[in-house]
Amino acid sequence: MQSNSKQNFGAETSAGKSSADAQSFTAEQAIANLRQREDLGARYYAAWWLGKFRVSEPEAIDALLMALEDEKDRAPDGGYPLRRNAARALGKLGDTRAVPPLIRCLEFPDFYVREAAAQALEMLGGAAAPALRDRRCVTALMQLLDGGVEAAKQVPGKPHLVQPYEAVIEALGTLGATEAIPQIKPFVEHPVAKVKYAAARAMYQLTGDSFYGEMLVQALREDDLQLRRSALMDLGAVGYLPAGEAIAETLAENSMKLIALKGLLEKEIALHFRESLILSEESIKVMKLMDSLL
Amino acid sequence: MTETQALIEAVNRADSAEGLLEAVENLADARTEVAIPTLVEVLRYNNPGAAVAAVDGLINIGEPAVPYLLENLDGYNYGARAWAIRVFAGIGDPRSLNLLLEAATTDFSQSVRRAAARGLGTIRWLQLPPQERLPAQEKALNTLILASGDGEWVARYAAVVSLQSLGSLMTETRRDFVEKIEARLTQIKETDSEIAVRARAQLSWQQLKGMVS
Repeated sequence: MQSNSKQNFGAETSAGKSSADAQSFTAEQAIANLRQREDLGARYYAAWWLGKFRVSEPEAIDALLMALEDEKDRAPDGGYPLRRNAARALGKLGDTRAVPPLIRCLEFPDFYVREAAAQALEMLGGAAAPALRDRRCVTALMQLLDGGVEAAKQVPGKPHLVQPYEAVIEALGTLGATEAIPQIKPFVEHPVAKVKYAAARAMYQLTGDSFYGEMLVQALREDDLQLRRSALMDLGAVGYLPAGEAIAETLAENSMKLIALKGLLEKEIALHFRESLILSEESIKVMKLMDSLL
Repeated sequence: MTETQALIEAVNRADSAEGLLEAVENLADARTEVAIPTLVEVLRYNNPGAAVAAVDGLINIGEPAVPYLLENLDGYNYGARAWAIRVFAGIGDPRSLNLLLEAATTDFSQSVRRAAARGLGTIRWLQLPPQERLPAQEKALNTLILASGDGEWVARYAAVVSLQSLGSLMTETRRDFVEKIEARLTQIKETDSEIAVRARAQLSWQQLKGMVS
């Protein structure tokens, strides 16, 4: 995820000027829209907008934290659409004041609020230096894995499992939560492919064991295009170097393969970076693969 | 019915995405000029899998596909045009140069700008009459330098690769071009916001200097 979000950030710089203008013009309006209580649609949109345009001023955070407690906006399934959007936005805005309220969201009855909170905690914690990461959030995330694989079943009549396992496990991996290894490990055998590969990714991040990197390489051979794409993003995010050729050969868009290989290259360079840029044999190999996909 | 006609029929008759993909792949494998109009038609279908197969097929057919594609670009939908740019980039025929020059800096899709920038580095210059060669190369050079400042890392990366290709053709003939390219690569390897682009500029620079093979 980290490498992706960096990627997206870079992607937005070309359009940066115009969106910055739009922002100074309407950030105030979006905050006001979020604060009012009458027009639910305008509140929902405002929460999304503040995240999308990275409006991180204290007033925006305050309004979003308030929206995180909203009771008024209810979906037909009993869910809380505004809370979901507010949690997603807070993840993008980098203000750690949001961490304790997001931790509380992990216990909320609405599955999608819990999922959005886990993703937001991953983004907030992943951006912080390891020493500054909030350990309370790790404990709270680990609690959602209680009962292990045995308890991780589909909710009858719903399109999701009891907990947002994929988001929780990915967050624990990104946060470097090595204490969660015993809980995460059994999930590499979960019958749901997305959960299984989230566990493989986290286990690779937490242990560096190539067994889990190879599991992600295996995912590149899945029949389902979505799973192959997701494996590309995972391999790029963790920078698993031996995956280079398999990435270049999998059936998916070249643009996604290029992003994945860029992740490998960045990891390899970071490993060898001293005073200046050093091109190892391995990084030259990755660049040759990238060249062939242009 | 000849074998090729049967393959063309199969493309026209395909009634599912997978069926179409398979039929296009079979037709592409035949590598015959007779297949050109059908493969070009497939670019209009808004079926990415089939379009990739058609692009590969047209690139393998090579130069005979270029005039047909150029003539049939007018009134094309955007998607088909983007696929055509990829075919031109893959073939390297100088007749597509103007389209690549335009697409490399003005297309709104980053993947088209990326393909066009790469295409500018693979043009077969010797097919141009000698008096047209240098002015055309100069245009390509200026466009690539512009493209190397693109907002998208992947377009800058492609421009860096092509600057190297262009420079390596000119080491004997035009030192001034090569020096201009080396200066731009030096700038990129020291200042680009993406470490991957800086690394690729470093590699291009070293290869132009003959430091690595």
